[in-house]
Amino acid sequence: MTAPDSLFPRLEPLLPRVAKPIQYVGGELNATVKDWDAVDVRWALMYPDAYEVGLPNQGVMILYEVINERPDALAERTYAVWPDLAALMREHGIGQFTVDAHRPVAAFDVLGVSFATELGYTNLLEALDLAGIPLHSRDRTDAHPIVLAGGHAAFNPEPISDFIDAAVLGDGEQAVLEITDLIKTWKSQGRPGGRIELLLRLARTGGVYVPRFYDVDFLPDGRIHRVVPHRADVPFRVHKRTVMDLDEWPYPKQPLVPLAESVHERMSVEIFRGCTRGCRFCQAGMITRPVRERSITGIGEMVDRGLRATGFEEVGLLSLSSADHSEIADIAHGLADRYEGTNTSLSLPSTRVDAFNVTLANELSRNGRRSGLTFAPEGGSERLRAVINKMVSKEDLIRTVSTAYAHGWRQVKLYFMCGLPTETDADVLEIADMAKDVIRAGRAAAGHRDIRCTVSIGGFVPKPHTPFQWAGQAAADTIDHRLRLLRSAISADRSFGRAIGVRYHDGKPGIIEGLLSRGDRRVGAVIEAVWRAGGRFDGWSEHFSYDRWVGACSDVLPAYGVDLAWFTVRERTEHEVLPWDHLDSGLDKEWLWSDWQDALDETEVDDCRWTPCYDCGVCPGMGTDIQIGPTGRTLLPLTPA
Amino acid sequence: MRYAKRGRLRFTSHRDFARAFERALRRAEIPMGYSAGFSPHPKISYHGAAPTGVASEAEYLEIGLARLMDAEAVRVALDACLPAGLDIEECLPVAEGTLAERIDASRWQITLPGLDPSTVDAAGKIFLATAAIPVERPTKSGRRTVDARAAVVSLTVADSEPTGSCAILTVVVRQVTPAVRPDDVIAALATVAACVPTAPARAIRLAQGRLDDSGQLTDPLAPERAAALAARESVPDTLDGAQR
Repeated sequence: MTAPDSLFPRLEPLLPRVAKPIQYVGGELNATVKDWDAVDVRWALMYPDAYEVGLPNQGVMILYEVINERPDALAERTYAVWPDLAALMREHGIGQFTVDAHRPVAAFDVLGVSFATELGYTNLLEALDLAGIPLHSRDRTDAHPIVLAGGHAAFNPEPISDFIDAAVLGDGEQAVLEITDLIKTWKSQGRPGGRIELLLRLARTGGVYVPRFYDVDFLPDGRIHRVVPHRADVPFRVHKRTVMDLDEWPYPKQPLVPLAESVHERMSVEIFRGCTRGCRFCQAGMITRPVRERSITGIGEMVDRGLRATGFEEVGLLSLSSADHSEIADIAHGLADRYEGTNTSLSLPSTRVDAFNVTLANELSRNGRRSGLTFAPEGGSERLRAVINKMVSKEDLIRTVSTAYAHGWRQVKLYFMCGLPTETDADVLEIADMAKDVIRAGRAAAGHRDIRCTVSIGGFVPKPHTPFQWAGQAAADTIDHRLRLLRSAISADRSFGRAIGVRYHDGKPGIIEGLLSRGDRRVGAVIEAVWRAGGRFDGWSEHFSYDRWVGACSDVLPAYGVDLAWFTVRERTEHEVLPWDHLDSGLDKEWLWSDWQDALDETEVDDCRWTPCYDCGVCPGMGTDIQIGPTGRTLLPLTPA
Repeated sequence: MRYAKRGRLRFTSHRDFARAFERALRRAEIPMGYSAGFSPHPKISYHGAAPTGVASEAEYLEIGLARLMDAEAVRVALDACLPAGLDIEECLPVAEGTLAERIDASRWQITLPGLDPSTVDAAGKIFLATAAIPVERPTKSGRRTVDARAAVVSLTVADSEPTGSCAILTVVVRQVTPAVRPDDVIAALATVAACVPTAPARAIRLAQGRLDDSGQLTDPLAPERAAALAARESVPDTLDGAQR
């Protein structure tokens, strides 16, 4: 294929008419533009949200580099286009484009879309439509790209199964290389059998899910009867991918730095992947097992190389629970030593309630600011924290925040969820008591009254592949009612005045996220109806319309004998076939069910890093092992460049 | 320092430029001076940035270093750390005062596609003969009206062949508050003489400086240029090399 023309000359005259035009221009530091004709396989990688959210996404950045390092492949990036530009693109016949070389997305071999959240589904449809790619997989021809979904939401891609050609579960680094090889071979053979043959070859690997090869049958009551492949040569179950030895994958090596402002103005280094704390609400902690640590020296090299390549002022040490790295104290100490006096700040997002974390935060902020610390008790009462397996006592929390305030931190942010299984009004009201105790203890520890505590609450959404996958989601009204009670309980006590702030979201968006998370193939028609009615950017409150989703549900779902509540607030029973049962995250369904029963009994489970294996099923099923240190190595001072 | 904003990077907003510039300072390992206080910032002062979407050959800023460095070395290092299109053109050690005192007007070149130079010339004459031309501009908080006329010192149309493809306009505009931008001048021409280009007009800032009595702009870096020249003449070559 000859290189398609750049769309930029036609796009450029439109840019003065749209908001933040810089996001469509490309030219980021460390971006790569390769010769179209010099490679065999071409990927367009999409993050289906605005550029400012999508650009810092680590998944896209990693795959972009991994693919572009191959001499025989290229990857370019594309993001969701805001409605102002989308309207102008339609008016002028300009298709969805990549920001790297402004090539039409439709000209690539693969459109890989990374779904961190289900709320990006309408943006997928918008991008396909703008690209001129048929919305439905069955209408595409050999001339169209393979539309491939990845990211956490791909662990249940059933709601978008009409719109994607394939999905990859789990870590993408090796998967994209193998898929590239497969496409390269198929193209070099003259594309035998067209796109169906290519999809078959992908499906036969056992690591790529191709929905069109599977039939879903339903029972008269609307539940799923079974999901089976309708061809003998594709596997019954598709397995997730797991990268072992993170030190072999030190990506991104050259993080992208945009000219436009983005949501994360810092460089991120992933210090480990996976988490076995076992919080029962946490899909990320369940589907990314086992824990695989990057070594202390590997982390040191990535921080050093990344800072040189980007000029960022802040480094975030990323993971699902960063203080759990087996050598975190040495990492914090070593990095703080290395960057002392350089105005480089280090941060540790996702920390647990533990006084040790305050010590770490003190170390990392040795020569910088002490503004705010964040902890996530998640559940308001001790009982509820046993249900969700978040083992934090109120005493732990008070001790932790007192230490923080005593060390000069002025603000503590506490994350909670509302609508957790078995939750009552009283559980949520305990959050108010906790916040007041935090301020009381904080004022005593700090010796002054200039401290704040912000309580941030989100509605809980049950997710596939977790022990709560069977739970009935709390209705939006229930969430809103409990949040109202909590707010009045906090504001009733004048002595805390503005010391306690509350941030919350209403319950409606969570219900739609719940529909999309645990939905099956019948939900696809709802997504399409919402998109046709103008639904875009559903993760943005100013664009999200609950009424539009409810309207589409009542138009589409009655034909199947189900409704929005059936997908969301309905509790599932043990032997119900779940839409994602044929997609293997490694977790044993029987273990998940017993953990769900333990939750209802308020029984906690320990972390398998420090206690014996409790047979969640991942390691033997996936042929993986926990990989943790300590390595015993330390960070030496950097030699001046 | 004088820098340029060119090509597709003219869509860089001032905030975008400032972030990119501060990162370039760090990558280039320029020994910056920092402000004191709770959150120290590198010492940088920017002067009247061109609007987003408008190219410029003449943007100015000053930086404060922690120690003396060769100005040309700073320029080369910084330019290498900025994307092509954000280009550091000149860097000179401050001779006296601040740049803010030496800049009060801009010279813009505006290309109007699809218009004949004579048409624009006629419209320009009406523009100059009018006392005040209120134009509307969309802002974040609705629309706002500014007078596009009073700040304009001169408006001339280049004598090119009437090819019918475009007309090139040069305007000298005082830097007043609220600022009068090229877009406002274009809107004013449409208001007074129905002079509307067939495609979006493109503007570029060619110069900034202080208006002299003849309506010309003086080079804001003239004192530094003179001082640098004098220094070069008075310092033996060997010393110059040793400074680096």
